[in-house]
Amino acid sequence: MTVLANTLVVLFISVGVIFIAVAAVGLFRLPDLYTRAHAASKSATLGVMSVLIGVFFHFWLIENHFNPRILLGILFIFMTGPVGGHIMSRSSYIAGVKPWSGTIRDDLKPEIERMKKEQNIQD
Amino acid sequence: MAFQILLNFSLALLWMFLGNNFTASGFIIGYLLGLAAVLLMRRFFNGRLYTGRVWAFIKLTFLFFKELVLANVAVLRVVLKPTLDMQPAFFKYDTTLTEEWEITLLSSLITLTPGTVVVHVSDDAKSLYIHAIDAKDVDETIDSIRNSFEKAILEVSRT
Repeated sequence: MTVLANTLVVLFISVGVIFIAVAAVGLFRLPDLYTRAHAASKSATLGVMSVLIGVFFHFWLIENHFNPRILLGILFIFMTGPVGGHIMSRSSYIAGVKPWSGTIRDDLKPEIERMKKEQNIQD
Repeated sequence: MAFQILLNFSLALLWMFLGNNFTASGFIIGYLLGLAAVLLMRRFFNGRLYTGRVWAFIKLTFLFFKELVLANVAVLRVVLKPTLDMQPAFFKYDTTLTEEWEITLLSSLITLTPGTVVVHVSDDAKSLYIHAIDAKDVDETIDSIRNSFEKAILEVSRT
């Protein structure tokens, strides 16, 4: 039983660490802000979540201490992670950060220009 | 839906008072009996039976976890590929959802799933502008969002 619990804990925490490491590598390698937002908002969310689940299982199965705060933390990270990614990429597009030259299609540009004209925002 | 759940709770409480049995098991038995009563009386409610909606929500949760893991594997592959040959794109996605909470839920789901981040929601809330990290085929991505998430959210919110 302890072996099974330990396997579960090690599995979750190592998967989480791998995803966090990949998010960090992605922040270095990817060419522009919008592609980096992908790495930061997805891999970091799932990585932190798996580490927290691993910690939760460790305290629950091995130390016999059920800690619901970790579950609430997972829920809050879930709710706030994607919103953060969305807000950062949206505000930087409006502030005029150029997408990477390899971007093949841009439907957003006319929409943002129309919005800026309507609200009299100058660059 | 909220009314049906409240009614079910009241019936469970009624059962506990009838049996003078104020324990968790008494509540559960009362809740199941109340569920049977609500099931029998479903013609008199307007709207669907609430269990269908709860089930649709559970299905949406599982769909979401599956897509989250797939998304991370996709990002992992893009990041660790030796050459950076992805083709990012901003594309427009027209949604049929109308309620604000539905659109918020859809945007969160899109942001946490394979290679897409919602960048902008238009003022009339009819279209989402999405950044895809690797858009070899934009139409295929649009179709997959429409068939998985939008359908699942409609299943939850349909009256």
